[in-house]
Amino acid sequence: MRIIISNSSPDPIYEQIDRQIKAQIISGDLAEGEALPSIRKLAQELQISVITTKRAYDELEHEGFINTVIGKGTFVAVQNQELLKEKKMKIVEEKLAGAVSEAKMLGIGIGQLKDMLLLLYKEE
Amino acid sequence: MDMALEIKNLRKEYKSFTLKDVSFSLPQGFIMGLVGPNGAGKTTIIKLIMNLIRRNAGEVKVFGLDNLKGEAEIKSRLGFVHETPSFFEDISLKDIKAAVSLFYKRWDEKLFRSLIVEFGLPLEKKFKKLSHGMKMKFSLALALSHDADFLILDEPTSGLDPVFRRELLERLSGLIQNERKSILFSTHITSDLERTADYITLINHGEIVFSLPKDDVRERWGIVKGGKELLAESYRKLFQSIHETSFGVEALTLDISAARRVLPAGAVIDRASIEDIMIFMDKGDVRA
Repeated sequence: MRIIISNSSPDPIYEQIDRQIKAQIISGDLAEGEALPSIRKLAQELQISVITTKRAYDELEHEGFINTVIGKGTFVAVQNQELLKEKKMKIVEEKLAGAVSEAKMLGIGIGQLKDMLLLLYKEE
Repeated sequence: MDMALEIKNLRKEYKSFTLKDVSFSLPQGFIMGLVGPNGAGKTTIIKLIMNLIRRNAGEVKVFGLDNLKGEAEIKSRLGFVHETPSFFEDISLKDIKAAVSLFYKRWDEKLFRSLIVEFGLPLEKKFKKLSHGMKMKFSLALALSHDADFLILDEPTSGLDPVFRRELLERLSGLIQNERKSILFSTHITSDLERTADYITLINHGEIVFSLPKDDVRERWGIVKGGKELLAESYRKLFQSIHETSFGVEALTLDISAARRVLPAGAVIDRASIEDIMIFMDKGDVRA
């Protein structure tokens, strides 16, 4: 697991943790059933408050990404494949939406945007 | 949630200073930073918890026990570091340790030995020969070596260099890996709190300004800077405290997201550090 906390980011720290763990679960870097560090361990490692890590885990659990088994620990939840696919699509959609609004702001038309996308897709 | 510490309407009157009916509590398993300018009343509160001075009114409970009636039991489970550590001046560290360790059932000699090595403490030296920093380290080594359930540290980081301070803070968050352990430490070095503390209690002129989870302060409070247009009546309710400088206006807000929504684009909005809050508090009224 890889977590980097920025103190200058306007996003709350629990959100930064939540987002990064989520991304790693969706990308498969964190596999189903994999154990996560305890909230206290994570707080110690990142040198942040236990309250912060607890809140991040609570969110992740609420969203169905992780499960906490009392007395055993916290694990990456078994992901519903359909749901996972949907979540992945949503990430792409969000990023595209960002690009679209940026393009609109700069006065770039849909034709030109399509060309750019096509070009980028082929390059990859 | 079990409470490590509960303080209710605690009052102490001195000729020139009064601790004014202070109330706050610390749940078990967490770290609380007690912060405030010099003379705010931090040490008075700690001395009252430790029953080193007599209170005028109020109640203090540690582990759910009254701190006067349950003093013996409380102190056997408590690690305490005084702001200016004092032991018998003419006695060697080794002999002080021998005397102190007798008081504790759960004294851990092995841990103590390893701390002595880690902190670089000369066991044969007399206490009075130590610098303030070394005295503090020795006092910390003693407090950490008897498996205390609650550590009360009065300005433990004063006189210590940043590297050791960081190590100490890491050690403290290591301690609360066991969720039955709790820590209260006072400091005026606010950066020590921004990292590890779970709760922050800010005190000024003998009164609690706030006692809150650190995240609440961090996520909600902000410093707004901008031109005179910020003085407009419609923004007034956003600000807790507002100051005019020769170049513009600086204000403290307790609702940073509202400020981000409402204020004009020219305004700069940053998160408020504990230090910012203390400085605003000094200049005017701050109340959470």
